[in-house]
Amino acid sequence: VTHATLLLASTRPTWPDILVFAAAAAVVLVGALGVVTSRNPVHAALSLVMTLFGVAVLFIEQSADFLAAAQIIVYAGAIVVLFLFVIMFLGIDRTLDTEVEPLAGQRPLAFVVVAITLGGIIAMAATAHWVTGAHQVVGPIQGHVAGPNSPAGEPAQLGKQLFTTYLFAFEATAALLVIAVVGAVVLARRPPTVHADEDDSTDSELRA
Amino acid sequence: MSVAGAWYLGLAAIVFSIGAVGLLVRRNVLIMLMCIELMLNAANLTFVTFARMLNDIGGQVLVLFVLVVAAAEVVVGLGIVVTNYRRRATTTADDLDSLKG
Repeated sequence: VTHATLLLASTRPTWPDILVFAAAAAVVLVGALGVVTSRNPVHAALSLVMTLFGVAVLFIEQSADFLAAAQIIVYAGAIVVLFLFVIMFLGIDRTLDTEVEPLAGQRPLAFVVVAITLGGIIAMAATAHWVTGAHQVVGPIQGHVAGPNSPAGEPAQLGKQLFTTYLFAFEATAALLVIAVVGAVVLARRPPTVHADEDDSTDSELRA
Repeated sequence: MSVAGAWYLGLAAIVFSIGAVGLLVRRNVLIMLMCIELMLNAANLTFVTFARMLNDIGGQVLVLFVLVVAAAEVVVGLGIVVTNYRRRATTTADDLDSLKG
């Protein structure tokens, strides 16, 4: 199969697929813009949930069912809840002032830089030849074509690859998670109480 | 058969750009972290799209690793935010200018 047919349509999508993609893309984009433009951090977190949900729908649409479930559980269920915990724990769920621009000219510059980056990404995607296109490193996706009659072998195959080809990386992520948990506990722990004689008033106010 | 992969890649590029703009423009550390999550999600969508286009499950395995790294990053990042808020009572990046000469 040549590069052009891979990047463009290999078969014609049916209209429900187009409808699902358009709706999910709209949800993703509205949520992403909500994260960036919300003045209230809680609203930004809820917009992030919206984007994550849309991305999960796009995962299902591309027959990555397990990843869609993991996306909802890990991102929407754990990460965003952690964000909300911190926002409400710190009590900063109030409106932020986004009108003032601390650095003059930073926003236009940011837009220009990102527009150039976006143009570069799209130009690269349109012209590049993907190195792994012809040779599969790991193996084909079974049940590749989404549909009611397709075999549901995708999560099983994902797990098989995870515990064979990528076993070392998997163990490394386990170690990474343990390190992150220990680090978070150390960071969030209250500092040990100091003796009264070496503790001046401003210091105790800061620690309170 | 789903919509052509190029549409997914374009959508992922746009979401990545929105996240990048937010990271550069917003001043609240929490919202900057959320924008990083947006960019990671765009990368995940690209991985899944290429896994489908190239019919290679490796892309989906990598998404799983990105999920784990994102979770670790958020846990440590929010720990730093909480610790810093205790000392300075701010989550605005511009207020953290102690090293300014």
